[in-house]
Amino acid sequence: MSQGINSSLIKFVVRLGDNNLILGHRLSEWCSKGPFLEEDIAMSNIALDYIGQARVLYSYAGQLDGGKNEDYYAYERREHEFTNALLCETPNGDFGMTVARQLYYSVFAYALCNALLKSKDETLSGYAGKAVKELAYHVRHASDWTLRLGDGTEESNKRMQHGIDELWMYTHDLFATLESDKELVAAGIIPDVAAMKGEWLEQVKDVIQRATLTMPDVNAWQMEGSRKGRHTENIGYIISELQYVTRAYPGCEW
Amino acid sequence: MTKTIQLNTTERDPELWAIADSVVDPEIPVLTLVDLGVVRELKRMDKGVEVTITPTYTGCPAMDAMAADLKRAFEQKGFEPVTMKTVLSPAWTTDWLSDYAKEKLNKYGIAPPPNSTADKNALLGKPKEVKCPRCASNYTSMISNFGSTACKALWKCEDCKEPFDYFKCI
Ligand SMILES: [Zn+2]
Repeated sequence: MSQGINSSLIKFVVRLGDNNLILGHRLSEWCSKGPFLEEDIAMSNIALDYIGQARVLYSYAGQLDGGKNEDYYAYERREHEFTNALLCETPNGDFGMTVARQLYYSVFAYALCNALLKSKDETLSGYAGKAVKELAYHVRHASDWTLRLGDGTEESNKRMQHGIDELWMYTHDLFATLESDKELVAAGIIPDVAAMKGEWLEQVKDVIQRATLTMPDVNAWQMEGSRKGRHTENIGYIISELQYVTRAYPGCEW
Repeated sequence: MTKTIQLNTTERDPELWAIADSVVDPEIPVLTLVDLGVVRELKRMDKGVEVTITPTYTGCPAMDAMAADLKRAFEQKGFEPVTMKTVLSPAWTTDWLSDYAKEKLNKYGIAPPPNSTADKNALLGKPKEVKCPRCASNYTSMISNFGSTACKALWKCEDCKEPFDYFKCI
């Protein structure tokens, strides 16, 4: 692999790892706070799936990047070095908000991993083979809840619609690409992520409409910048909690 | 008959596989890691042995315990060093559970996946029929697609009214 393509691949793999770690961390915040026991367990399970996926991706990035380990990516980088999609760092809000985030993200990630199954990079296609199975469950979970809340009581409909609307402006950023992605697309290593938005819109719209909710304005203003390390203020709070122990006790093992 | 465990090795080294088959899943102790399909390959090296495993779920917290238990089992039989390797591909699937393993699960009180992953409904949590492991009734319903461990969902029996674990089809 050429030097250039190697560094492009690291960026892509770290981006995907960051999505998984930050979203997994957010979902883990539901642990012991779920609306009822089964859902508490579901959230924790889904959080574990994402954190497990982050570990696979960080380990691979480290291997490509001269032997760094997964802990380096999770615990030793600062805000602007994280390149997760802005959506992943949004606060949990109420259950409706979390379900909306899960709907937007899991539909995106499922399509991405489905495309990565055909990657010429064996590690990425191997990762995708595992991830799609887990993500299929996440898509179903998020879709079921969107339908149940949207087509439920007046209150649940209001809250679900609120989540759908509030998070809409972070969705375009999921599809952000870098100049360096182009050579990866050309080499058959990754799909053209930007081109995946149309299919995503169709799928999300289908669930939103079946849930008797109103689809947000597709042309509304959207926030972006995550792939260049520009974030909302939320990231700082997440990583200060996530990194506290390793920063207070560097190199500590237990 | 359903598929038996598929392995990368053309020939199984009986001694090595017997050792691996003595190590049970830390969360479902009726299944060995060989039954489960987590052990993919066992190779004698010039010194020691190389053990290749594959995770059930990427975030399964039991994977570290499984790896440690396997390592210890081989060390106790005098194999040193034990090198642990993890592979992701081919992705672990419940299709690798033998009928024998499914029967053991059922007796233990966990309903095994009745379908193969070729059935997309089963893959997405709507298996054709899940039998209550207590009274064998087919009149059952899902409570939650997520359960006490990553590999299980929570179901209940509408006849005997007992809740039970269902081993998810993936
Ligand atoms: Zn029963």
